Amino acid sequence: MAKTTQQMSKQSATSTNNMNATESSQTGVIDEPPPISPEKLKVIKKEQKNRLDGVDRATLVELFRQMLLIRRFEEKSAEAYSMGKIGGFCHLYIGQEAVAVGALSAIRKDDYVLTSYRDHGQALAKGISADAIMAELFGKATGCSKGKGGSMHLFDREVNFLGGHAIVGGQIPLATGVAFASKYKGTDQVTLCFFGEAAVNQGAFHESLNMAQLWKLPCIYICENNQYGMGTSLSRAMSFHEIAEKGAAYELASEFVDGMDVLAVREATQRAVERARKDYLPTLLEVRTYRFMGHSMSDPGSYRTRAEIEKYQERDPIKLFSSSLKEEGIIDDAKIAEIEKKIREEVEHSVRFADESPLPGPDELYTDIYANPVQPGKRRE
Amino acid sequence: MAVITMREALNQALREEMLRDENVFLMGEEVAEYQGAYKVTKGLLEELGPKRVIDTPITELGFAGLGVGAAMVGLRPIIEFMTFNFSILATDQIVNSAAKMLYMSGGQFKIPIVFRGPGGSAFQVSSQHSQALESWYAYFPGLKVVMPSTPADAKGLLKSSIRDDDPVIFIEQERMYGNKGEVPEAEDFTIPLGVADIKREGTDATIVARSIMVPVALKAAEALEQQGISCEVVDPRTIRPLDIDTILESVKKTNRVVIAEESHPFCGVAGEISTEISERAFDYLDAPVKRVSGADVPMPYAKNLEQLAIPDVERIVAAVREVAYAD
Repeated sequence: MAKTTQQMSKQSATSTNNMNATESSQTGVIDEPPPISPEKLKVIKKEQKNRLDGVDRATLVELFRQMLLIRRFEEKSAEAYSMGKIGGFCHLYIGQEAVAVGALSAIRKDDYVLTSYRDHGQALAKGISADAIMAELFGKATGCSKGKGGSMHLFDREVNFLGGHAIVGGQIPLATGVAFASKYKGTDQVTLCFFGEAAVNQGAFHESLNMAQLWKLPCIYICENNQYGMGTSLSRAMSFHEIAEKGAAYELASEFVDGMDVLAVREATQRAVERARKDYLPTLLEVRTYRFMGHSMSDPGSYRTRAEIEKYQERDPIKLFSSSLKEEGIIDDAKIAEIEKKIREEVEHSVRFADESPLPGPDELYTDIYANPVQPGKRRE
Repeated sequence: MAVITMREALNQALREEMLRDENVFLMGEEVAEYQGAYKVTKGLLEELGPKRVIDTPITELGFAGLGVGAAMVGLRPIIEFMTFNFSILATDQIVNSAAKMLYMSGGQFKIPIVFRGPGGSAFQVSSQHSQALESWYAYFPGLKVVMPSTPADAKGLLKSSIRDDDPVIFIEQERMYGNKGEVPEAEDFTIPLGVADIKREGTDATIVARSIMVPVALKAAEALEQQGISCEVVDPRTIRPLDIDTILESVKKTNRVVIAEESHPFCGVAGEISTEISERAFDYLDAPVKRVSGADVPMPYAKNLEQLAIPDVERIVAAVREVAYAD
């Protein structure tokens, strides 16, 4: 069993660190190999229901709607990919919906989000339209990056979505810089930085955490630990698996979070956001989750057993949440059907929109290389 | 005009631009309390304060990426590499983030950032500290690459680079920081990027030289003048975008060209300029284009070997005599 972060916080509290010490939310985390026992599932469910109390009904329904939108959008992306409508790489977010939706529900519209190449979920949750994302996947001029970025490089300045970045860990220093700018300018905006657990082995992660704590930057580092870096399991790639505890090396506040419970992610992010907004303090969240699909559409997933995936599917964040909401009388089958219908329309519309949108004009090949293109050779007066 | 060192000229440019725009900040190893490893940032911490002038840990990838992120949301970072050799650790952020962000975001996120510091050979600092990396960075669309050769150019080009909305790789030369020259004192003195400068006019042969090869080429031109060969020395100043037109104009006039550089020859900037000349002015050439490059070896430590590795006046003179069929 893992040591809890509480134990770690006791250690770091004895240091010179004067920030809020590490907190623990060691509940419901997938900390055992499958199968998950029925008793454990009951505990998980009870914990989620306890969390329902503090959240208003409209928000709960909205969280459910966003997760379902991501699921249906991704299913449709897979279909479009299989039909050859989407090229290149396409990394689906199915299974991890609670992470993006829970975390982004804890921030304001003017806060910043950066993530990896597995970026459709965060982009939808941040408010980029399904139309603009699907059009980007289709490589169309109406895409959120004008068809120049593709699946891995979604951007939207309007909603402060600062990208999908496709070098593992590359977004971590960038997000640190965005947070640096907020503090420099004296705003209270916070930055959420998402990355997979494989990025934790990169120098960029460690360099960034060091600077963020050294300079007290309002960045929240959210490690989506889906347990596989492409086809390599965590146990084959990382000498010490308790990623949240790595924050202690830099005296960062850190938490383990159950990434299959949207409300657990939301609550942990809210705590981190408060630290960041009030005191410019960074946080590391290790959110334990699981991707139900391959690393990308071209990954047959031979490194995992069907049984392993099925056991995690018992903890499907959407099923878990909808059943909690139903049992508490917050939502009923009719309402779910209504939401499902609207989402299907929205996703179908995005495919039609993307299909019918024009390709980028050939002249777009040579635009956006420089913000200030210099015509060389203009002689000085 | 005041006569100052290149170090002082760069310092003036930094100070003036930081006073002009509070979104400009300077970050790097030893830039603040130590006053800069080469004293280029002397006095800036005292005048501008620790918010604007920031000492970093030795973490090049990290602070280069931090700079790019800050630039995404409106700041204008100046990131100093103690030497460009250390920028190699940061190339992921320079190449994959800074150079491509505007393009892959469909024009939404410009990156107004300057990466600056000394590059090229120094004084017997051996292989890992003596590298001319301009051809690396000039390779990438999205980056601009600037290499000044005089104090005035250093000041005017650095000010333009800081005001520019794109990522600029500004490569100084460690051995030139003490070089003196006249520098205009006007606060609005700038030199536009992408404009070559004719450092000496001549009629018989063109020497294209950049950075520390410019003073070497000028000395060679003086020696050649004594030998009856009149050389024009063209300094591109900006490697990307390259003012090829000025180079071509000169070549069309002199019909002979030598390109001097301290970098390795293979896949280098001289090779690129040579190709441009071949493609666009072949009919004007009276001799094949000649390169004088640094030796194709890691830089040695021993003083005599180091001298052999860096182009000197004699090699440039010999090259010009060769293209002029003077021997």
